[in-house]
Amino acid sequence: MTVTLCLFVLHQPMIRAIRSARTQCEERGVIQRECAAIRAQFRQADNGGRSHNLAKLLYVHMLGYPAHFGQMECVRMIASPRYSEKRVGYLGAMMLLDEKQDASLLITNSIKNDLSNSNQYIQSLALCTLACMGSAEMCRDLAPEIDRLLRASNSYIKKKAALCAVHIVRKVHDLGELFTKAARSLLTEKNHGVVHGAVVLITELCERNSETLERFRKTVPDLVQIMKGLVISGYSPDHDVAGISDPFLQVRILRLLRILGRNNEGASDAMNDLLAQVATNTDSTKTVGNAVLYETVLTVLDIKSESGLRVLAVNILGRFLLNNDRNIRYIAMTSLQKIVGTDHNAVQRHRGTIVDCLKDQDASVKRRALDLSLALVSASNIRSMMKELLSFLSSCPPELRSQTASGIFNAAERYAPSQRWHIDTILHVLTTAGGDVRDETVPNLIQLITNTSELHCYTVHKLYRALLSDISQQPLVQVACWCIGEYGDLLLRGECQETEPVQVTEDDVLDVLETVLQSHMSFPSTRGFALTATMKLSTRITENVDRIRSIVSIYGSCIDVELQQRAVEYNALFKKYDHMSLLFKRLMHSPWLNTDLKLMQPSTLSVFSVVATVTVYEKDGVTVTLSCEKQSDSGLTVTLTASNSTESDIRGFTLQAAVPKSVQLHMKAPSGDSLPARGAAKVTQMVVLNNPNKVA
Amino acid sequence: MSISETDRGLHRWSPHLACSSAGDFEMVAAVAARSGEQMQFMLLFSRQGKLRLQKWYVPLSDKEKKKITRELVQTVLARKPKMCSFLEWRDLKIVYKRYASLYFCCAIEDQDNELITLEIIHRYVELLDKYFGSVCELDIIFNFEKAYFILDEFLLGGEAQETSKKNVLKAIEQADLLQEPRHEYFNVPVY
Repeated sequence: MTVTLCLFVLHQPMIRAIRSARTQCEERGVIQRECAAIRAQFRQADNGGRSHNLAKLLYVHMLGYPAHFGQMECVRMIASPRYSEKRVGYLGAMMLLDEKQDASLLITNSIKNDLSNSNQYIQSLALCTLACMGSAEMCRDLAPEIDRLLRASNSYIKKKAALCAVHIVRKVHDLGELFTKAARSLLTEKNHGVVHGAVVLITELCERNSETLERFRKTVPDLVQIMKGLVISGYSPDHDVAGISDPFLQVRILRLLRILGRNNEGASDAMNDLLAQVATNTDSTKTVGNAVLYETVLTVLDIKSESGLRVLAVNILGRFLLNNDRNIRYIAMTSLQKIVGTDHNAVQRHRGTIVDCLKDQDASVKRRALDLSLALVSASNIRSMMKELLSFLSSCPPELRSQTASGIFNAAERYAPSQRWHIDTILHVLTTAGGDVRDETVPNLIQLITNTSELHCYTVHKLYRALLSDISQQPLVQVACWCIGEYGDLLLRGECQETEPVQVTEDDVLDVLETVLQSHMSFPSTRGFALTATMKLSTRITENVDRIRSIVSIYGSCIDVELQQRAVEYNALFKKYDHMSLLFKRLMHSPWLNTDLKLMQPSTLSVFSVVATVTVYEKDGVTVTLSCEKQSDSGLTVTLTASNSTESDIRGFTLQAAVPKSVQLHMKAPSGDSLPARGAAKVTQMVVLNNPNKVA
Repeated sequence: MSISETDRGLHRWSPHLACSSAGDFEMVAAVAARSGEQMQFMLLFSRQGKLRLQKWYVPLSDKEKKKITRELVQTVLARKPKMCSFLEWRDLKIVYKRYASLYFCCAIEDQDNELITLEIIHRYVELLDKYFGSVCELDIIFNFEKAYFILDEFLLGGEAQETSKKNVLKAIEQADLLQEPRHEYFNVPVY
């Protein structure tokens, strides 16, 4: 405990009082009382205690209580001749006033005056405040003052003026012109603070204006010289940090060099040797050295450096990856990510270490490692990388699952060494992270399976087994149901080349589908898949068609309207059509594939993938047939042909059609509305269907 | 007087912030056409989430500052001890380090060097330590204005203004001497 002759102790009793409040309510009470006292004091004439009052208010403000009534007091205090009052006044201005407040303009004049004060500490207050919260208007007003200070003052003020100029340029880009000359000359000064400020200012000027950048390229040799001085110089106690001489300045110079060397051969050449020197000689055992090395690497990789230097830089990053310090590993990966496109091979060399970082405890590091790993997947390493990625998927943090799954799918699609591997990989992902995959995964997988005809048997076996063990992962269940519906007969055959066949009966297969139908875990869309699959099986099995009929008819009274409609339609089909195989025939490479799952629209005039003429109505001598012709990916033309085989003409004949809301229907005019007797002529009507969303 | 492009840019939406809030107010976390290199703010807070110092180098309303502070404090306090000192938060990079019971937290931009920011934090802690003599959280609570003065002598507009520890401390010392004495002064323990 120290005893301090501190003139600011006068607000400490208040702080003590606030801290000793035991509840939020009590604290509020204390604050209210104190604020009332402060307000009263503000209204009083100058009593010498103003700075302490304002300090109290600032403390209260930091606790989160409103303090706007102190704004004018700040303005008054700033104008005071007393240093203590100015000091707290400016502090208050920085805390309570921002450029959005009108009151901030009121201090412009005070700042202007204080900038020319003979006392540098008063000048300092003004500079600090302007640089912290100066509005564009204030900046424009005071820019000439700042420029004056940049040219003619002591180092203490010059370094602050430089940073103030930075703020001004950030606020009002055009004012950059004003400071260019002064900035240039500041580079020649000896004082580190001034040079640092100059470097920051030049950096800002160059980034705002390309012409200025061109002009400042000439300073590269000077900057190189300054850096050399820092790197080679002996121990300089004032600026040394763990053996590195003024690392802050070094980092800023390196960054400026980066901007100047970018896209410019000449400038890049001029700094090449220096960068190599810094990269090689900087001590990397402490963070501070690594900070400088990091900036060096960023510069080397961004300018037009020699290939040798580039390799050196990437190797430094490689060393960083092996560093015990997690922070260093993290920034190494961030940098490698930036160059994985341009220096792919160089980064590949460190793939092993990067993949190891997938197992890091820290989620940020994991995320970086994931991004990099996905970028490093190639045809030659796909198998080993996929093992790592799949292993990562099973244990990664939930927020990364979706990205990992997508990344795996992309990689698999680009580099799959075999189709079986591809299918296996997708199935693996669906089993591990089924809930995090995107919607199009299901139709994409169905497409893939369909196109891999030699593996139908293998695939249906795998999916059947998957269903037996777990029916909670919806995308997997959906694909499995679809597959069983399509290729269920292959299951029943009891033989398979690629994998151990199952010995199942038709009942077993139907059991599985029924389990899905009845499970509370199944989404309605999943149930739709299961029901459709059950229907399809009616053409692929021989003995249990009755069971299928009964399943389907049960769902005819299902609460879910979609399912109910589906079931009712299927029931109708059951009753009317013997040649069901036409409707459910095995799908070949059809572009309609992705909508196959929506094939069985709950409407008699469904969109079929089959281009055939089907009789859809036959009663009392009137026959209506339907034929489809695919027009596009989402468009279909249906032609209805009606004929009358009775003895008498039928007049006033109209056809009506119903489709789900998401399908657009356009019925063209029929060729007529009367059906002549004995099939003398037919009435045709075209219906154009558009299924843009390809939804059920 | 015409409003500069810069002023107009102040009212630009920052998409990340817009998404995360309830969308009921405009978040201004960037000045138009940022170069991507600036410290936007520094926060000091305790393990209980109590704010001990806040220095903002970008213009934001009180409401916005409170929201950012609340969210960031929560995020940082949720981190486990061995985790990285860097995290991505909205469109900023956050660099933080814990010293005893205080978290020092800086928000920097895309182009900034995280490792040197750690050094800046460390330098500030060293300055506080030298000034108060083995600084602890209570020093910063009861002498918060001093903590600000020291910070303002080290950083200006979010950038380091003086890279020599000695020079910063000397300047503070000199400035302190300018403080006008009161007629009655107290020889009391600090706390």
